[in-house]
Amino acid sequence: MIFFWAFVVGGLICVLGQIMFDVFKLTPAHTLTTLVIIGALLDGFGLYEPLIHFAGAGATVPITSFGNSLVHGAMAEAEKHGIIGVITGIFEVTSAGISAAIIFGVIGAIIFKPKG
Amino acid sequence: MADQKKKQLPPEAQQYQALQAKRETKRPVIKNCIKAFLIGGFICLIGQLITTFYIYFFNFTEQTAGNPTVATLIIVTMFLTGFGIYDHLGQFAGAGTAVPVTGFANAVISSAIEHRTEGFILGVGTNMLKLAGPVIVYGVFASFIIALLKTLFTKLIGT
Repeated sequence: MIFFWAFVVGGLICVLGQIMFDVFKLTPAHTLTTLVIIGALLDGFGLYEPLIHFAGAGATVPITSFGNSLVHGAMAEAEKHGIIGVITGIFEVTSAGISAAIIFGVIGAIIFKPKG
Repeated sequence: MADQKKKQLPPEAQQYQALQAKRETKRPVIKNCIKAFLIGGFICLIGQLITTFYIYFFNFTEQTAGNPTVATLIIVTMFLTGFGIYDHLGQFAGAGTAVPVTGFANAVISSAIEHRTEGFILGVGTNMLKLAGPVIVYGVFASFIIALLKTLFTKLIGT
Protein backbone atom coordinates (compact mmCIF):
# COMPACT_ATOMS: atom_id res chain seq x y z
CA MET A 1 0.00 0.00 0.00
CA ILE A 2 2.87 2.37 0.77
CA PHE A 3 3.93 2.00 -2.90
CA PHE A 4 0.54 3.23 -4.06
CA TRP A 5 0.56 6.26 -1.76
CA ALA A 6 4.18 7.04 -2.66
CA PHE A 7 3.12 7.19 -6.31
CA VAL A 8 0.01 9.30 -5.66
CA VAL A 9 1.47 11.79 -3.17
CA GLY A 10 4.73 12.19 -5.13
CA GLY A 11 2.74 12.64 -8.33
CA LEU A 12 0.49 15.26 -6.73
CA ILE A 13 3.45 17.31 -5.49
CA CYS A 14 4.78 17.28 -9.07
CA VAL A 15 1.37 18.42 -10.35
CA LEU A 16 1.58 21.32 -7.90
CA GLY A 17 4.94 22.22 -9.45
CA GLN A 18 3.51 21.88 -12.96
CA ILE A 19 0.64 24.25 -12.06
CA MET A 20 3.18 26.80 -10.81
CA PHE A 21 5.03 26.44 -14.17
CA ASP A 22 1.98 26.69 -16.42
CA VAL A 23 -0.68 28.70 -14.59
CA PHE A 24 1.42 31.13 -12.54
CA LYS A 25 4.22 31.18 -15.19
CA LEU A 26 7.02 30.85 -12.65
CA THR A 27 10.54 29.87 -13.68
CA PRO A 28 11.84 26.47 -12.49
CA ALA A 29 14.09 28.23 -9.96
CA HIS A 30 11.13 30.15 -8.47
CA THR A 31 8.98 27.02 -8.40
CA LEU A 32 11.60 24.85 -6.68
CA THR A 33 12.41 27.60 -4.16
CA THR A 34 8.72 28.01 -3.34
CA LEU A 35 8.29 24.24 -2.90
CA VAL A 36 11.28 24.07 -0.55
CA ILE A 37 9.84 26.88 1.55
CA ILE A 38 6.44 25.13 1.60
CA GLY A 39 8.18 21.97 2.85
CA ALA A 40 9.98 23.97 5.54
CA LEU A 41 6.70 25.60 6.65
CA LEU A 42 4.90 22.25 6.80
CA ASP A 43 7.60 20.85 9.04
CA GLY A 44 7.43 24.02 11.15
CA PHE A 45 3.83 23.13 11.89
CA GLY A 46 4.73 19.48 12.42
CA LEU A 47 2.82 18.25 9.36
CA TYR A 48 5.63 16.81 7.21
CA GLU A 49 6.56 13.89 9.47
CA PRO A 50 3.04 12.39 9.33
CA LEU A 51 3.16 12.78 5.53
CA ILE A 52 6.41 10.77 5.37
CA HIS A 53 4.86 8.13 7.59
CA PHE A 54 1.87 8.00 5.24
CA ALA A 55 3.52 8.24 1.83
CA GLY A 56 7.16 7.18 2.35
CA ALA A 57 9.26 8.14 -0.66
CA GLY A 58 6.30 10.07 -2.06
CA ALA A 59 7.19 12.66 0.59
CA THR A 60 10.98 12.16 0.86
CA VAL A 61 11.86 12.23 -2.86
CA PRO A 62 10.22 15.54 -3.97
CA ILE A 63 12.27 18.68 -3.26
CA THR A 64 9.81 19.73 -0.51
CA SER A 65 11.56 17.19 1.74
CA PHE A 66 14.70 19.35 1.45
CA GLY A 67 12.90 22.14 3.34
CA ASN A 68 11.57 19.60 5.79
CA SER A 69 14.97 18.15 6.62
CA LEU A 70 16.55 21.61 6.96
CA VAL A 71 14.02 22.60 9.62
CA HIS A 72 14.17 19.13 11.15
CA GLY A 73 17.94 19.23 11.64
CA ALA A 74 17.77 22.75 13.06
CA MET A 75 15.02 21.80 15.51
CA ALA A 76 16.73 18.60 16.65
CA GLU A 77 19.92 20.50 17.43
CA ALA A 78 17.98 23.39 18.99
CA GLU A 79 16.40 21.00 21.48
CA LYS A 80 19.87 19.90 22.59
CA HIS A 81 21.80 23.18 22.55
CA GLY A 82 19.19 25.95 22.52
CA ILE A 83 19.14 28.86 20.07
CA ILE A 84 22.72 28.24 18.83
CA GLY A 85 21.58 24.82 17.62
CA VAL A 86 19.33 26.44 15.03
CA ILE A 87 22.43 27.50 13.10
CA THR A 88 24.65 24.50 13.76
CA GLY A 89 21.93 21.95 13.04
CA ILE A 90 20.50 23.21 9.74
CA PHE A 91 22.59 20.92 7.49
CA GLU A 92 22.57 18.00 9.93
CA VAL A 93 19.92 15.92 8.12
CA THR A 94 20.20 17.42 4.63
CA SER A 95 23.89 16.80 4.12
CA ALA A 96 23.36 13.58 2.12
CA GLY A 97 21.44 15.29 -0.69
CA ILE A 98 23.72 18.28 -1.11
CA SER A 99 27.00 16.42 -0.70
CA ALA A 100 25.89 13.65 -3.07
CA ALA A 101 24.82 16.22 -5.68
CA ILE A 102 28.17 18.03 -5.44
CA ILE A 103 30.31 14.87 -5.36
CA PHE A 104 28.57 13.23 -8.30
CA GLY A 105 28.46 16.54 -10.13
CA VAL A 106 32.26 16.66 -10.08
CA ILE A 107 32.55 12.95 -10.95
CA GLY A 108 30.06 13.47 -13.79
CA ALA A 109 32.10 16.39 -15.10
CA ILE A 110 35.19 14.16 -15.07
CA ILE A 111 33.56 11.19 -16.82
CA PHE A 112 31.19 12.80 -19.32
CA LYS A 113 31.88 15.29 -22.10
CA PRO A 114 29.40 18.07 -22.88
CA LYS A 115 27.24 17.38 -25.92
CA GLY A 116 26.47 19.53 -28.95
CA MET B 1 -0.02 47.44 -10.89
CA ALA B 2 0.50 45.77 -14.24
CA ASP B 3 -2.61 47.53 -15.57
CA GLN B 4 -1.26 50.94 -14.59
CA LYS B 5 1.95 50.20 -16.42
CA LYS B 6 0.00 49.18 -19.51
CA LYS B 7 -1.93 52.46 -19.63
CA GLN B 8 1.24 54.51 -19.82
CA LEU B 9 2.40 52.69 -22.95
CA PRO B 10 1.76 54.27 -26.36
CA PRO B 11 -1.28 52.84 -28.24
CA GLU B 12 0.90 50.93 -30.70
CA ALA B 13 2.56 49.09 -27.87
CA GLN B 14 -0.81 48.30 -26.30
CA GLN B 15 -2.05 46.92 -29.61
CA TYR B 16 1.08 44.85 -29.92
CA GLN B 17 0.64 43.43 -26.43
CA ALA B 18 -2.97 42.49 -27.18
CA LEU B 19 -1.83 40.76 -30.35
CA GLN B 20 0.93 39.00 -28.46
CA ALA B 21 -1.49 37.76 -25.83
CA LYS B 22 -3.79 36.45 -28.57
CA ARG B 23 -1.01 34.74 -30.50
CA GLU B 24 0.65 33.16 -27.47
CA THR B 25 0.31 29.40 -27.66
CA LYS B 26 -2.00 28.15 -24.94
CA ARG B 27 -0.23 25.72 -22.68
CA PRO B 28 -1.99 22.35 -22.41
CA VAL B 29 -2.20 22.60 -18.61
CA ILE B 30 -4.27 19.46 -17.98
CA LYS B 31 -2.16 17.28 -20.28
CA ASN B 32 1.04 18.62 -18.70
CA CYS B 33 -0.33 17.94 -15.22
CA ILE B 34 -1.18 14.34 -16.11
CA LYS B 35 2.32 13.79 -17.52
CA ALA B 36 3.89 15.40 -14.45
CA PHE B 37 1.74 13.23 -12.17
CA LEU B 38 2.67 9.99 -13.94
CA ILE B 39 6.41 10.60 -14.29
CA GLY B 40 6.75 12.27 -10.87
CA GLY B 41 4.78 9.47 -9.25
CA PHE B 42 6.91 6.90 -11.05
CA ILE B 43 10.14 8.46 -9.77
CA CYS B 44 8.74 8.42 -6.20
CA LEU B 45 7.69 4.80 -6.71
CA ILE B 46 11.29 3.90 -7.64
CA GLY B 47 12.36 5.89 -4.56
CA GLN B 48 10.00 3.81 -2.44
CA LEU B 49 11.47 0.59 -3.88
CA ILE B 50 14.98 1.80 -2.96
CA THR B 51 13.77 2.85 0.52
CA THR B 52 12.20 -0.56 1.13
CA PHE B 53 15.41 -2.20 -0.05
CA TYR B 54 17.46 -0.20 2.49
CA ILE B 55 14.99 -0.88 5.31
CA TYR B 56 15.02 -4.65 4.76
CA PHE B 57 18.66 -5.28 3.91
CA PHE B 58 20.60 -2.56 5.74
CA ASN B 59 18.49 -2.06 8.87
CA PHE B 60 17.57 1.55 8.21
CA THR B 61 14.37 2.82 9.79
CA GLU B 62 11.55 4.58 8.00
CA GLN B 63 12.99 7.94 9.14
CA THR B 64 16.65 7.33 8.29
CA ALA B 65 16.14 5.53 4.96
CA GLY B 66 15.39 8.85 3.21
CA ASN B 67 19.06 9.88 3.05
CA PRO B 68 20.53 6.79 1.32
CA THR B 69 17.51 6.78 -1.03
CA VAL B 70 18.22 10.34 -2.10
CA ALA B 71 21.93 9.57 -2.56
CA THR B 72 21.13 6.50 -4.69
CA LEU B 73 18.72 8.47 -6.86
CA ILE B 74 21.40 11.12 -7.37
CA ILE B 75 23.93 8.49 -8.58
CA VAL B 76 21.36 7.16 -11.05
CA THR B 77 20.65 10.73 -12.18
CA MET B 78 24.35 11.28 -12.85
CA PHE B 79 24.35 8.51 -15.45
CA LEU B 80 20.99 9.53 -16.92
CA THR B 81 22.20 13.13 -17.22
CA GLY B 82 25.59 12.13 -18.61
CA PHE B 83 24.06 10.01 -21.35
CA GLY B 84 21.54 12.76 -22.15
CA ILE B 85 18.50 10.68 -21.20
CA TYR B 86 17.29 12.96 -18.42
CA ASP B 87 16.94 15.96 -20.74
CA HIS B 88 14.63 14.03 -23.06
CA LEU B 89 12.60 12.87 -20.12
CA GLY B 90 12.45 16.43 -18.80
CA GLN B 91 11.09 17.81 -22.06
CA PHE B 92 8.29 15.28 -21.88
CA ALA B 93 7.46 15.42 -18.19
CA GLY B 94 8.08 19.05 -17.15
CA ALA B 95 7.67 19.35 -13.40
CA GLY B 96 7.45 15.56 -13.09
CA THR B 97 11.22 15.40 -13.48
CA ALA B 98 12.03 18.85 -12.02
CA VAL B 99 10.34 18.55 -8.63
CA PRO B 100 11.78 15.23 -7.35
CA VAL B 101 15.30 15.38 -5.93
CA THR B 102 16.53 13.93 -9.24
CA GLY B 103 15.67 17.27 -10.87
CA PHE B 104 17.81 19.10 -8.32
CA ALA B 105 20.64 16.64 -9.00
CA ASN B 106 20.18 17.01 -12.75
CA ALA B 107 20.45 20.81 -12.45
CA VAL B 108 23.74 20.48 -10.54
CA ILE B 109 25.27 17.71 -12.66
CA SER B 110 24.27 19.10 -16.07
CA SER B 111 25.74 22.52 -15.30
CA ALA B 112 28.90 20.82 -14.01
CA ILE B 113 29.27 18.85 -17.28
CA GLU B 114 28.31 21.82 -19.45
CA HIS B 115 30.94 24.16 -18.02
CA ARG B 116 33.73 21.63 -17.90
CA THR B 117 35.43 23.16 -20.95
CA GLU B 118 36.02 26.36 -18.94
CA GLY B 119 38.19 24.44 -16.50
CA PHE B 120 37.50 22.64 -13.26
CA ILE B 121 37.81 25.59 -10.88
CA LEU B 122 36.32 28.48 -12.88
CA GLY B 123 34.00 26.36 -15.02
CA VAL B 124 32.73 23.44 -12.96
CA GLY B 125 33.28 25.00 -9.54
CA THR B 126 31.63 28.36 -10.13
CA ASN B 127 28.74 27.23 -12.32
CA MET B 128 27.74 23.97 -10.69
CA LEU B 129 25.35 25.50 -8.17
CA LYS B 130 24.07 28.24 -10.47
CA LEU B 131 20.61 26.70 -10.80
CA ALA B 132 20.52 24.89 -7.47
CA GLY B 133 21.88 27.91 -5.59
CA PRO B 134 18.58 29.76 -5.00
CA VAL B 135 17.01 26.56 -3.69
CA ILE B 136 19.79 26.07 -1.14
CA VAL B 137 20.03 29.76 -0.20
CA TYR B 138 16.34 30.42 0.42
CA GLY B 139 15.72 26.93 1.77
CA VAL B 140 18.36 27.53 4.43
CA PHE B 141 17.22 31.09 5.12
CA ALA B 142 13.53 30.19 5.44
CA SER B 143 14.37 27.17 7.59
CA PHE B 144 16.49 29.34 9.86
CA ILE B 145 13.61 31.78 10.42
CA ILE B 146 11.06 29.00 10.95
CA ALA B 147 13.27 27.01 13.34
CA LEU B 148 14.18 30.20 15.23
CA LEU B 149 10.54 31.22 15.66
CA LYS B 150 9.56 27.72 16.69
CA THR B 151 12.36 27.51 19.26
CA LEU B 152 11.52 30.90 20.74
CA PHE B 153 7.85 30.03 20.77
CA THR B 154 8.30 26.72 22.58
CA LYS B 155 10.62 28.42 25.10
CA LEU B 156 8.08 31.13 25.85
CA ILE B 157 5.34 28.58 26.37
CA GLY B 158 7.65 26.30 28.36
CA THR B 159 8.43 28.96 30.99
